[in-house]
Amino acid sequence: MFAYIVRRVLATIPVMAVVALFVFALLHLSPGDPAAIIAGDTATADDIARIRQKLGLDQPLYIQFVTWVWALLHGDLGISIFTNLPVSKLIAQRVEPTLTLTISTLIVSVLAAIPMGVLAAWKAGSWIDRMVMVFAVLGFSVPVFVLAYVLIYVFAISTDLLPVQGFVTIGGGLGPFLSHIVMPTLALGMVFAALIARMTRASMLDVLAQDYIRTAQAKGLANDKVLVGHALKNAAIPIVTIIGIGVALLISGVVVTETVFAIPGLGRLTVDAILRRDYPIIQGIILIFSAAYVLINLIVDLSYTFFDPRIRY
Amino acid sequence: MTVAPTDLAALAAPRERRRGVRTYIRRHPTIVIGAILLGLMALMAVFAPYLGTVDPQALSPIQRLRWPSAQHWFGTDMLGRDVYSRTIYGARISLTVGISVALLSTALGLAIGLVTGFSRWVDAVVMRIMDGLMSIPSVLIAIALMALTRASMQNVVIAITVAEVPRVTRLVRGVVLTLRELPFVEAALASGTGFFRTLWRHILPNTFPPLLVQASFTAAAAMIVEAILSFLGAGTPPNIPSWGNIMAEGRSLFQVAYYIVLFPGAFLSITVLAMNLLGDGLRDALDPRLARRM
Repeated sequence: MFAYIVRRVLATIPVMAVVALFVFALLHLSPGDPAAIIAGDTATADDIARIRQKLGLDQPLYIQFVTWVWALLHGDLGISIFTNLPVSKLIAQRVEPTLTLTISTLIVSVLAAIPMGVLAAWKAGSWIDRMVMVFAVLGFSVPVFVLAYVLIYVFAISTDLLPVQGFVTIGGGLGPFLSHIVMPTLALGMVFAALIARMTRASMLDVLAQDYIRTAQAKGLANDKVLVGHALKNAAIPIVTIIGIGVALLISGVVVTETVFAIPGLGRLTVDAILRRDYPIIQGIILIFSAAYVLINLIVDLSYTFFDPRIRY
Repeated sequence: MTVAPTDLAALAAPRERRRGVRTYIRRHPTIVIGAILLGLMALMAVFAPYLGTVDPQALSPIQRLRWPSAQHWFGTDMLGRDVYSRTIYGARISLTVGISVALLSTALGLAIGLVTGFSRWVDAVVMRIMDGLMSIPSVLIAIALMALTRASMQNVVIAITVAEVPRVTRLVRGVVLTLRELPFVEAALASGTGFFRTLWRHILPNTFPPLLVQASFTAAAAMIVEAILSFLGAGTPPNIPSWGNIMAEGRSLFQVAYYIVLFPGAFLSITVLAMNLLGDGLRDALDPRLARRM
């Protein structure tokens, strides 16, 4: 068990190393002079020289890399070109809305999708099953921003039930917080929920065909006990795996959702950074999001031992 | 009068073939629906100039922000451009990007996957790189690459391809690793078939069914990523009417002119849906073992 945990934790190091290398290499493998590209079309030679010096691009490549990694390991993500503020500070300022939205989406999606998948598998072939599958296919096909605009049209423009956009922290009162977070959560959660519902159904179908399920039913155990206690727990590993993998969809989606709903989170920071070609910010955001993704999948890997105690390699 | 058995067979053949089509549709409705929708979109893209469209870039400041009407079916945007024409022409961008990315990433992933599946040393190195790349959400990889290059359709295709290659590589590698241990490959090698010939004749054809399924999902994902990139201002150049660009332009006007966003959004969703249905159907048809499950 302990060896398994240690091995899983160590396995994240090469992955993060590749991420860091990619982020570093991006700036240098790109065609043309990165300083000139960052400076934009209207830059003067002075601007370009200033940016080159600020990013350390006038140094030899290996020194740049070592300096960069060393700073990174100390939590220094560099300085934003446009605002001149540390990237780590800019990111820290924007974390809360993104984290709030992501967590609420994660909770709502999982709570909605798993019962859907379980029901669909239990009533396989019925109209419930069909509805769940239709939801799964649609959820996968309607892009997050299209769904977001449909929701705004229905709930904010036609009916005036919810505010069009904006964000209120939990500290700003529960009512305003909830009314602002409902639509972003639904828009962002659709594709994630579709993914989980589908995997839950598939995994449950496999488990429900097993002998011990028939035994449990034969001895007269109530349906809900069979489904949750016997079937779902044994079907859990593919489900938690897909939840972990699906977080990538959440991260991609959150950038778009924040743009549509004018939420001042990391997604907005990314979009502003793209428009200003503020490359240190983009690098920092990729590192942070990827680290979060790797961490969540590490937790998923570790949770396997809880669902299936036989796993301890 | 006697009829030769061959004649009977000849008479029966057409009817049987017709029933074959009908059975096929009944067995794989998703492939048929997906293919029809996709075919319609492709026709629309190809024949865009003949579908009652005007120049998608033609400005008409006097007629800006007109609601959908007989003259402008989907209304006009803030520069007076015809949203219907722009949406129809937008199909060209989405389909081109989707199909190009699917072809490119499949070809690249296949090449890398075949090599890694057979060479332990290359496998160890390449798969660590792929694992690392797969832990960066694909939209972010594409954003990072686009932020560094000038906006063009070619660069959008390259950026999305880079983000999608690891997934294809992983798939091919998995298939190769499984096939390598199967008796028919062993038999081919044992009977003196050369390594490259075995790869070409026995391994490669078996990677096609899963690759075909993956390619349709890749195309669907690529179309969404292209739209997201354009929507965020990091994709196709703004002067090209892609669905993402039209929606980006309508963003600030959504409360007064939501039709600018909703029409291209609907077309995008239908196209992605068609691709996903096709992929689902192909998977069911090509892999009966999985068919029941998903």
